[in-house]
Amino acid sequence: MSNPVKEPFLRIVKRDEASIARKILVRIAAILFALVLDALFIFFVTGLNPLSVYVVMFQGTFGTSIRFSWAVRDLVSLLCIGIALAPAFKMKFWNIGAEGQVLMGALVTALIMVYLGGKLPGTVLFPVMIVTSIAVGAVWGLIPAFFKAKWKTNETLFTLMMNYVATSFVACAVNIMRGQASSLGKLNMGTKIGWFPQFFGQRYNINILVVVILTFAMFFYLKYTKHGYEITVVGESENTARYAGINVSRVIMRTMAISGAICGLCGLLLVCGRDQTISTSTAGGNGFTAIIVAWLAKFNTFYMALIAFLLIFLQKGAGEIASAYGLNDFASSIISGVILFCILGSEFFVNYRCIFRAGKAAKKSDEQ
Amino acid sequence: MECAISLKHVTKTFGSVVANKDVSLDIYKGEILSLLGENGSGKTTLLNMIAGIYYPDSGEVWVNGKPVEIRSPKDAYNLGIGMIHQHFKLVDVFTATENIALGLDRKEAFDLKEIRKKAQAICDKYHFEMDFDQKVYAMSVSQKQTLEIIKVLYRGADILILDEPTAVLTPQETEKLFRVISNMRDDGKSVVIITHKLHEVLEISDRVSILRKGEYIGTVDTKDADESILTEMMVGKKVELNIERPEPENPVKRLDVKNLSVISAEGIEVLHDINFEAYGGEILGIAGVSGNGQKELLEAIAGLQPVAAGGSVKYYSSEDGKGDAMEVIGKNPRVIRNAGIHMSFVPEDRLGMGLVGSMGMTGNMMLKDYEKGKWFLTDRKSPRNLAEQIKEELAVVTPGINTPVSRLSGGNVQKVLVGREISAAPMVLMTAYAVRGLDINTSYTIYDLLNQQKKKGVAVIYVGEDLDVLLALSDRILVLCGGRVNGIVDARKTNKEEVGLLMTKLRKEGEKSE
Repeated sequence: MSNPVKEPFLRIVKRDEASIARKILVRIAAILFALVLDALFIFFVTGLNPLSVYVVMFQGTFGTSIRFSWAVRDLVSLLCIGIALAPAFKMKFWNIGAEGQVLMGALVTALIMVYLGGKLPGTVLFPVMIVTSIAVGAVWGLIPAFFKAKWKTNETLFTLMMNYVATSFVACAVNIMRGQASSLGKLNMGTKIGWFPQFFGQRYNINILVVVILTFAMFFYLKYTKHGYEITVVGESENTARYAGINVSRVIMRTMAISGAICGLCGLLLVCGRDQTISTSTAGGNGFTAIIVAWLAKFNTFYMALIAFLLIFLQKGAGEIASAYGLNDFASSIISGVILFCILGSEFFVNYRCIFRAGKAAKKSDEQ
Repeated sequence: MECAISLKHVTKTFGSVVANKDVSLDIYKGEILSLLGENGSGKTTLLNMIAGIYYPDSGEVWVNGKPVEIRSPKDAYNLGIGMIHQHFKLVDVFTATENIALGLDRKEAFDLKEIRKKAQAICDKYHFEMDFDQKVYAMSVSQKQTLEIIKVLYRGADILILDEPTAVLTPQETEKLFRVISNMRDDGKSVVIITHKLHEVLEISDRVSILRKGEYIGTVDTKDADESILTEMMVGKKVELNIERPEPENPVKRLDVKNLSVISAEGIEVLHDINFEAYGGEILGIAGVSGNGQKELLEAIAGLQPVAAGGSVKYYSSEDGKGDAMEVIGKNPRVIRNAGIHMSFVPEDRLGMGLVGSMGMTGNMMLKDYEKGKWFLTDRKSPRNLAEQIKEELAVVTPGINTPVSRLSGGNVQKVLVGREISAAPMVLMTAYAVRGLDINTSYTIYDLLNQQKKKGVAVIYVGEDLDVLLALSDRILVLCGGRVNGIVDARKTNKEEVGLLMTKLRKEGEKSE
């Protein structure tokens, strides 16, 4: 038969809602596939034994208790900002300014630690720091929201630019605080005033506890409260929100204040519970990485925890490989990148299925 | 007759949904074939397979007597098949000529002069009018559609598929389109029209093929068909095509609109000095060419549109329609609700204003009373019960009450919206284009619901575009023209011509009808 065109070799067909079992299976398959792919890369390009590289990678997070503790510390820092971003992004308010909001919260915390540290008793100092860091973060988030609500300014640019303002404030304050010294060093090094106390020999317990509480609270807030409902409606369609009688401006400002407030609190956790100092890199780019975390998890805070863990695990693993084998940073980044790529790419196989030409031909011959 | 296209046992599924099941259909050369079916009956899916958008799961497509594989719109073009989609696929910032050039072969595409000449020849042949230097964003809907048709003809299509071409056109534009389609048929081309408007089917087509729930029901020659036969084939049972119109009982004044003017954000006066009254127990139809202030009028009453100073809308809640009235203007929808004004509103943009697409039925039921929950929490139990009840009573087809409503078909979306608005036990019910895009069955369900409300004593305001329906359903018809009330007529005594004239020709100041 003169047929110029053959049936397509590959067709992509959308699936129904995938079952949970399938979702898990696909992800496991993706990880296995990534490990095989990485093994090829490790063996042929670097000439190392893939298995031992994987062991080292695993040890990046789980090797020693101190490494694990660091990994958890970084995990909660990232997750905390992700939680802060969730309500804003769910409202389709593109808050790219978490970095700045965190820095501002960290800055006021550091200033209070240094300048009021000796003057206020600990029972007063901590509440003061908590309240001010939350308030300053909230204000920093509220400013772009106010302009958006009143004059429809573009929040993406606005929040992004506020980051640079915050960075400059911090740079300026650090210069003043360090005076003649070459670097700022730990704040209140001698007195440890304003440092979070250690519990059970663990340095980061308070940070972990706060973020775990926030994870549950934000999940609940978005899903079961009236505010959460309003956020969803505004995010879906402002017209629908107006139709329902929701005050859109108020919801935008309130939600951004909450988003900024949690970022501010995160700044406090970073200064009091992690670094005991401040610099322009206190947020360390987590304000941007957290956007990925929030989006991939579709604003479900529990998924966020998983994704934040994955990102930290890969980052730690890559670092460990690089130092253990004297590898180029890029090589180890490729190894962790392949894993991330496969896991994210597996989403496709959850939602779609492929039909190959042969499949149909085989079916036809069966029928005949 | 020779077959242009034959579909043989074509099946297409999306996940577990069967869009087309074992459909066999012939399209002859030189005919106009209507493909008729309710929403979700698989008309568009079927033709998308011919146009190369989808690929069938099983079955064959024959073109000009040979089996073919159509893998992409390009393959379809090569076989002489062109589809004009419901949503136009044009580049807004390009001119007409440039849009035609898009997607042509390299050599040809850059000779815009030549393209223009050839396109002009097509226009002359079929009597199109087209300004080839006009940018698409400056075109009206009908011009865009004409451009799409020229684009398809330019590529040498012999088989044209039009997906609901009249849905967006005025009656005059529709007439023009039908003339062009007839010209093409007389030239030996095959034209397939997807539609669910019966009178158009009878007017334009040679044969009608009917799909129901993805299955092929049959084909009849148009000359042997009438509305009731087609409806029965389409719906699967006899449908009473008469709209009921009970006499208004004991009408009491519910709304009194006075001196209502609305100035748009662009500074244009879209409504000018509107005055009318709406009574409980009657349906007040609002007619007008679309864009003459209907949307603004309803939104102003619903508290969604700022109103110029001096306008007032009084709401009478008492049994006899007298006594103290409440002012609606100056309140937002929530304040209106909390003031005890029982007003429901089914807006034109169902998913963009009336509902939240990503939420299920339950979430959407809460939209207007989510703040009733205890403390800061939402109450999900009563909306869930309401959703179940509406799903049952209005026969909403949905996989579950938590399936996002944006995934439902148009008719079911509207049932959810109307169901919610009626469940609020309104005294005034406003609907904007309540049956737009809905199939016959669902449309009649909506008419029934409105009549039930009317019998309950609700003041129903029905903004519509189909004059036949307006004349059959309403008690009085208010005609808007250029943002003014151009007359309020008794629907039982008037006729299409009178209303049509009021819609298009503004009476001089001082002239009064009624």
